[in-house]
Amino acid sequence: MSEIELDARHLLCPLPVIRTQDKIASLESGDTIIVTCTDPGTLNDIPAWCRIHGHEMLEHRTEGRELSFRILVHK
Amino acid sequence: MNEQRKAVSLISGGLDSMLATKVILDQGIHVEGINFFTGFCVEGHTHAIRAKARKKEKRNNALWVAEQLGIKLHIVDVIDEYKDVVFNPKHGYGQNLNPCLDCKVFMVNKAVAWAEMVENDFDFIITGEVIGQRPMSQRKDTMPVIARESGADDRLLRPLCAKNLPPTLPELEGWVDRDQLFDFHGRNRKPQIALAKSFGFEEYSQPAGGCCFLTDKAYSGKLADLWQSRGERSYELDDIMLLKIGRHLRPKPHYKVIVSREEGENHYLQGYQKCYPTIRTISHGGPITLVDGNPTPEDLEFAARITARYSQGRDSDEVTLTITLPGDEEPEEVTVKPIPPSEIPANWHV
Repeated sequence: MSEIELDARHLLCPLPVIRTQDKIASLESGDTIIVTCTDPGTLNDIPAWCRIHGHEMLEHRTEGRELSFRILVHK
Repeated sequence: MNEQRKAVSLISGGLDSMLATKVILDQGIHVEGINFFTGFCVEGHTHAIRAKARKKEKRNNALWVAEQLGIKLHIVDVIDEYKDVVFNPKHGYGQNLNPCLDCKVFMVNKAVAWAEMVENDFDFIITGEVIGQRPMSQRKDTMPVIARESGADDRLLRPLCAKNLPPTLPELEGWVDRDQLFDFHGRNRKPQIALAKSFGFEEYSQPAGGCCFLTDKAYSGKLADLWQSRGERSYELDDIMLLKIGRHLRPKPHYKVIVSREEGENHYLQGYQKCYPTIRTISHGGPITLVDGNPTPEDLEFAARITARYSQGRDSDEVTLTITLPGDEEPEEVTVKPIPPSEIPANWHV
């Protein structure tokens, strides 16, 4: 099991979702990914995408204009 | 035991694709959604930029629809492949630079390719199209064109207007019951609204101008200006994103200025400061300006005067600004007189 980071800052939705989706496609069940974004739209969109696809949102943080999501992959 | 049939549904986030998907889900078909990001989608990105829009709830309606329906949604980046649709639409443009018919052919074709991937193994495609609803892509004579040119042929099912069209493979094979499909037509939305009510859908998106910036006259004008200034039809994602932001003024053919209008746009344009000459006011509150093209030093100073005109120092004799070129560590400081509004011809506004 591994943890990787994805920089999706300065991308507007749905690109952060697409980048997350495409990265998770290459991960295994049990891996985690930390996605960092600046688009406030990700606050709804990334958790929604995770719920739809059955991945688990472990943690969400907001620091200034940056949002980060730690996601546990389930396949 | 009957084989579980699978369909892929083009989900825009609007009501029609939501209804079409629900109709097929209710017939026991396994449905997954697909949504294509062309770069011109109204859905999603621009709502995050302007400060005044920050008060509204921000969500991607395609994702929201998928969650309401309990289906997976796959969002596919087609930015580069879509350029050929925009540059060379076989069936031409609509009222603006909207290649609606070619776009629908492209998207159904992409859905077919996705559906036929070994691991996906889907049987047919669903869209929320309704005959007569859109002047270019949703007409009785263009619907067969989409089916044929996309390669979907009789595997393309439009549940909301299927009874107005010849039976498709899913109907002929008995995978879906044609009697439970619909015969909607025209621009009247009442049948869709009634069907939504019968499903218990109380909230749904119905974007008045469609889901694509290319149908917007002002946006298409800016894109045409970009092509004209470059002498060719070309764009990158950043180009078409920036067309949605700020005031665009072109004082000369070889450069234009993009002036932010408010705080949200300021933050967004800051993200481009490593790519474009960037002008900021420092003696007064004011916008951020990017300069696109091949400006000379004199052009940049003139762009600073334009920037000053839109600053809080617009009525002052002097406004001090910085000009930062891509790759420069230290910005150049300039003090200029704001250009009077009377000296900005209307035709500079793109």
